[in-house]
Amino acid sequence: MSNIESHTIAYVRDTMIPEQDPPITESGAIKWLRDNLFSGWLNTVLTLLSLLVIWWAIAAIGPWLWNTVWNAGSLRECREALGGTSGACFAVINDRWHQLMFGFYPPRLYWRPVLAFVLLFVALSPILFTNLPRKLLYFSAAYPFIAYHLLWGGSIWLPIGAALGFVAGIVAFAIVRKINGLAAIFAAVIAPVFWWLFLAGPFDATMSSILPLGLEFVRSDRFGGFLISLVIGVTGISLSLPLGILLALGRQSDMVFVKSVCVIFIEFIRGVPLITLLFTASLLLNYFLPPGTSFDLILRVIIMVTLFAAAYMAEVIRGGLAALPRGQYEAADALGLDYWKAQRLIIMPQALKISIPGIVNTFIGLFKDTTLVVFIGLLDPIGLSNAIRADTDWQGIYWELFIFIGALFFVFCFGISRYSMYLERKLKTDHR
Amino acid sequence: MTEPVIEIPIDRKIDTSHMKVTDEVAIQITGMNKWYGTFHVLRDINMTVNRGERIVVCGPSGSGKSTLIRCINRLEEHQKGQIIVDGTELTSDLKNIDKVRSEVGMVFQHFNLFPHLTILENCTLAPIWVRKVPKREAEETAMHFLEKVKIPEQALKYPGQLSGGQQQRVAIARSLCMKPRIMLFDEPTSALDPEMIKEVLDTMIALAEEGMTMICVTHEMGFAQAVANRVVFMDQGQIVEQNEPRAFFNNPKSERTKLFLSQILGH
Repeated sequence: MSNIESHTIAYVRDTMIPEQDPPITESGAIKWLRDNLFSGWLNTVLTLLSLLVIWWAIAAIGPWLWNTVWNAGSLRECREALGGTSGACFAVINDRWHQLMFGFYPPRLYWRPVLAFVLLFVALSPILFTNLPRKLLYFSAAYPFIAYHLLWGGSIWLPIGAALGFVAGIVAFAIVRKINGLAAIFAAVIAPVFWWLFLAGPFDATMSSILPLGLEFVRSDRFGGFLISLVIGVTGISLSLPLGILLALGRQSDMVFVKSVCVIFIEFIRGVPLITLLFTASLLLNYFLPPGTSFDLILRVIIMVTLFAAAYMAEVIRGGLAALPRGQYEAADALGLDYWKAQRLIIMPQALKISIPGIVNTFIGLFKDTTLVVFIGLLDPIGLSNAIRADTDWQGIYWELFIFIGALFFVFCFGISRYSMYLERKLKTDHR
Repeated sequence: MTEPVIEIPIDRKIDTSHMKVTDEVAIQITGMNKWYGTFHVLRDINMTVNRGERIVVCGPSGSGKSTLIRCINRLEEHQKGQIIVDGTELTSDLKNIDKVRSEVGMVFQHFNLFPHLTILENCTLAPIWVRKVPKREAEETAMHFLEKVKIPEQALKYPGQLSGGQQQRVAIARSLCMKPRIMLFDEPTSALDPEMIKEVLDTMIALAEEGMTMICVTHEMGFAQAVANRVVFMDQGQIVEQNEPRAFFNNPKSERTKLFLSQILGH
C-alpha cells in the first residue's frame, strides 16, 4: 500500500507498466543452480561432496579408458603397447566379438542370425507401435517360423508343417464354432495336436522328397553368446505374457479344478529357484523322456524359463486385476458382454496397463536370468568370457569382457524400460 | 396430517398424462428370495412391472433395494422363486442371461464408465461386440444418444475428463445405445453434487417421457412424485408398501413408511 492510496480512495492508473525481465538471480542457469544445488548449507555441502566423488571416479577410470588399446592379438601385446601405463585392453573384444555374439555358429552363416535379428524388429514394430499398418501383424505371426528356419536351418518344410498346425486349429475353430462355441475351443486344440503328432512328420518327409528346399542345418550346440541370450530371452518373453494372463485368469476362476491347477503351478514354480529348474531341464528331463528321443537342450531351457517367468507374470497380472473396481466387471456384464469379450475389451486392457511396471520388471529379470544357463553348459556371453579367459592369449583379462557384456545387456534392458515408459504415457487416459 | 412439501429440483412442468402404461408385462417377479451366505437379503418378493411403467424403489440403506434391481439383470443370483424378464426366465442358463442383459440397460451409482476408452468408444463397444452392429452405424447411434443427453461435444474425450454429472449422462447414453426395452437405475444421483443431480434427472425425465420402462432406486422423492407411476417402499428385504406417488407420500399406510418419510422429508 502506498501512502497516496491510504488517504485517497479513488485511483486511476494512467500509465501501464510494460512487462519486464525477472531479476538475473530469478531466471535461467543461475536460478536452477541456486534451487537445485546450493539452496542451503546442507545442499551445498552435498553438491561439493558429489562433485568430489565424480572427480575421483573420472580420475580413476578416465585414463584407463582413454589409453585403450584396440588392436592387439593377446594381453601380452596389449601390455607392451601400453608400455607400463594404466590402460584398458578392448582389443580382446575386437579379437573375439564374433564369439561373444554368435558362439560357435559357422562364420560363413553369420548373415542368418543377423537377418533374423533385423527381422525381429520388423516383427515387433506393429506390436509395439499401434500406429503402424495392421497388415504387418501377419509378418509378426509368421516371424517365429521364419526365425526358427533362419537360425537352425534344415528343411523348410518343418517350420511350414508346424505353422500349418496352427492354421488347422484356426480352420477347425471357424468351422465348429457355427455348431457349438465350447466344442470349437476343443477342436481348436485337438486339430493342431493331431496334425503335429500324425501328419506333420509325413508332410515334412513327402514335401522334402518332392521339393528339397532348405538351409544348411546348424546344431544347437553351435549356438552361443548373445545369440543364445536373445533366442531364450525373446521366446521366453513373448510366450510368458500370454501364459501368465491365462494363469492369472485361471487363478481367479470359479471352476475349482482350473483354479487349483493354476494355484499349484504358480506356487510350485515360484517356490523353486530357476537354477533348479534349469538343472531339471538339462539332466532330469532325459530320464523321463522315452529313450532315443533327443529333445533339444535350448528348447528345454526355453520351456523352463518361460514357465518360470509365466508364474511371476501371473502374479503381477493378478495384482492388476485386483486393482480394478468391481464396477468395471459389472458394467461389462450389464452390457451383455460375455466372459472372454469382457476380459479382452474391458478388463485386460486396464489390468495390463496397471501391471506394466511389474510386467517389464519380469521381462528384464527374465532376460538377465538367461545368463544362468552357463551353469548347465550352454555358452552364453558369460560362459564364453570364461572360455576366452581360459585361452593363453587372454589369460588374466576380465574387466574389459564384463564391461562389454554388461553394456550390451544394459542397452537391451534400458531399451525395454524406456519403451515401457512411453507405453505408460501413451495409455494414460484416466487424467488423475 | 399436513401435506409434505417436496422440493422438485426440476424447473419445468412434467406432464405424465401421455406416459402410457400398457397391459403388457415387462418383468414378473414371483416368490423371489435371496441369501448372502446365511443372511436373508430379499424375502418373498412379488412384483409385476408393466411396459411403460416408471417405478421408484426407495427405503433405508441395507433394505435390499439395490440387490432387488441387480437381480433383474442377474448381477446378483436369486436362490428361490422366479424372475421373468421380457418372457425370458432368469436361470443359470448363460444364454438366457445374455439375452436379458442385452434387453435391460443399467445405470450405476458410480457410473462405471470404461476409463481406457473414449466416450464414443464407451457407447459403441457393446453394440459392436454384442449386437454385431457395423462400426459406422454404431457411431451414428451413439452420437444420436449423446446429443439426446446433451453432450455430443465430449464424444472424443475420456471419462476422466468429464464432470460427474456428464459421466452419468454418458452412462445413460451408453445403456441406450443397446436399445434396451427396460432401464434400471441404481441410485444414479447419489454420487453427484447437487447442481449435477438436476442434469441427470432431466435426462431421466426425458427418457420417461418417451415411454421407457424404468425402475429407479433413488432418494430423489421429487423425481418420484413427478415422474413415477408407482413407488415401492422396502425395508429389511421386503416390500412394505407400494402405491401411486400421491397416495404414497400423502397418505402412507404402514408405520415404517411414515417413519421413513418423516425422516427424509421432515425438515
